[in-house]
Amino acid sequence: MAELDFDRRTRMLNAMVLIRVFEERMQALFAENQLAGFLHLSIGQEATAVGVCEALETTDYIVTTHRGHGHIIAKGGNVDAMVAELFARETGSCRGVGGSMHLTDPEAGVLCANAIVGASIGLATGAAFSSQFTGSGGVAVAFFGDGAANQGIFHESLNLAALWSLPVVFICENNMYAEMSRQSSQSLVSDIALRSIAYGMPGVTVDGNDVDAVLAVTQSAVSRAREGDGPTLIECKTYRTSGHFEGDQQTYKPAVEVATWSARDPIASFVARYPDLDLARANAVASRRVEGAIEFARESQPATTADLAWLTYADARREGAST
Amino acid sequence: MTSTKYWAAVNAAIAEEMERDESIFFVGQDIGAAGGPFGATRGLMDRFGPDRVRDTPISEQAMVALGTGAAMTGTRPIVEIMYMDFALLALDQLVNQAAKMRFMSGGHYRVPLTVVTMVAAHTESGPQHSQSFETWLGQVPGLNVVWPSNAADAKGLLKTAIRSDDPVVFIESLSAWRTTADVPEGEVVIPIGVARVARPGSDVTIVAVGGAVAIAERGADQLAERGLSAEVIDLRSVSPLDETTVISSVRKTGALLVVQEGPSPFGIGDRVVSVVCRNDPRLLRVRPIILAPPFSPTPFAPDLERSFYPGPHDVVKAVETMTGALQ
Repeated sequence: MAELDFDRRTRMLNAMVLIRVFEERMQALFAENQLAGFLHLSIGQEATAVGVCEALETTDYIVTTHRGHGHIIAKGGNVDAMVAELFARETGSCRGVGGSMHLTDPEAGVLCANAIVGASIGLATGAAFSSQFTGSGGVAVAFFGDGAANQGIFHESLNLAALWSLPVVFICENNMYAEMSRQSSQSLVSDIALRSIAYGMPGVTVDGNDVDAVLAVTQSAVSRAREGDGPTLIECKTYRTSGHFEGDQQTYKPAVEVATWSARDPIASFVARYPDLDLARANAVASRRVEGAIEFARESQPATTADLAWLTYADARREGAST
Repeated sequence: MTSTKYWAAVNAAIAEEMERDESIFFVGQDIGAAGGPFGATRGLMDRFGPDRVRDTPISEQAMVALGTGAAMTGTRPIVEIMYMDFALLALDQLVNQAAKMRFMSGGHYRVPLTVVTMVAAHTESGPQHSQSFETWLGQVPGLNVVWPSNAADAKGLLKTAIRSDDPVVFIESLSAWRTTADVPEGEVVIPIGVARVARPGSDVTIVAVGGAVAIAERGADQLAERGLSAEVIDLRSVSPLDETTVISSVRKTGALLVVQEGPSPFGIGDRVVSVVCRNDPRLLRVRPIILAPPFSPTPFAPDLERSFYPGPHDVVKAVETMTGALQ
């Protein structure tokens, strides 16, 4: 693997740290009851988000999941709008009507986050179809978990994407748990990348906590997709050191497993590999950015009114007709 | 005006729109090389090429998901689901994805997706190839649901559906497949949410949609022979529903009959009766009647199926009951 140049690895460190700081700060705010709804964090999985998105252009699409903050930040999403959405503000990514599980950022190429397990796979396949159909040269990435690999949409979409050589990269973050159940209790096949054989596409398993490795395999998959050679299934083996949702007691995780994976923290490993990186500075920059976003959110109007009809339909519905 | 078959009107609408707008593509099972399971899409792949008219695997979820993702990113997909029964396999995509993408994005995205599907009631197709779920989908904010009863409406509504920036479920009736109607050539666009007075009348209002409209009209013919004047309203659109046309007809007749192919509970009849009663319960001079199949799956045996769906004679009987109650 070629060594990354200094600017690139600094950018990648900054992105991983921004995700970590963002999520730990949201975790704290949630614990203080300052955020409504549910919060699904990806602490420990930052290398997957950053390694993948570093291989993409702004105009490429990503579709993510209920656990999508990291992917959106890595893709260059607007952190102010993200925090404002979590605070249910009018200035939020979704004007306050979506919340954490539905964040979107069209300008950054974030199609959407999605609260239905597996949905990202089919939607990204559709976005890839558009890219192929219009000849834009764009690539679409679907982020999903090991749990989603057992959904029907996984099978249908991968088959279709391979059949039509669609420019899509399927990123399975295998964090070993489908919500609160071990992957081994969900499937006899522990390496999800093996399933690629069934669809006639390349499949590769990579250490999802190694951002260099994730970047390298994603770069090959993205080039392949862009050149018209079709999709790739990449399985990133990683671990969620946080719960399925905030409030999850995580009694199902063996302590030794948590300790093993904590010792493989993707940010600490990256800094250990490249001692010239300045973690303290990255933390300071990220904190400033997140605190600024929190201030923005707090100063924004709460989403107390909304034009629900306009949000639901783009075309005005006919007068005298109703549902 | 040209006398056109129902299926040919569908074909013409798709062809004309694809000619007009290069961002449109059309995917579905057997729509390309085979020309559609019942011939409605014949010639389209030859004319527009395999990039724009594509056969898909039997993967309803992936087809509608593909349509949704593509619609959000600058294309205008038409996705065909062969039978409405099979649309159940894509409910997540229709209800959780296509219908909600605009809303969930704070109004950023448009989802110009048309899902074409078909109800095959009255065709001896049995329990899993005959169902209509128009009111299920009519309950979903973010979807439009239309169901033309004749060739002219099929063409006009499908063109509007394709041009809509919101997802539209366009339902075809196989029972109407070979019926003909005068269809204007070229531009014919029918707004979604506007019912049609299929037959003016003064004694009773008969409301129907899709395949049930033909039953209502034949019943009205028989009623005319008995000196009773029925006004037949073809809803054309289930969501949104044209309340104004229904209410103004009932205001005139004071009597309401709904004929439907779908099951009675939570069906289109319940909806129409509710619309009228909530507007003004005094509009009805006699209790309304809903003619719907028995609450069971559709039987295959031709004799059983014939008696399963309401027929013109049931319409006559129901109206005579209502008018008898008025005397």
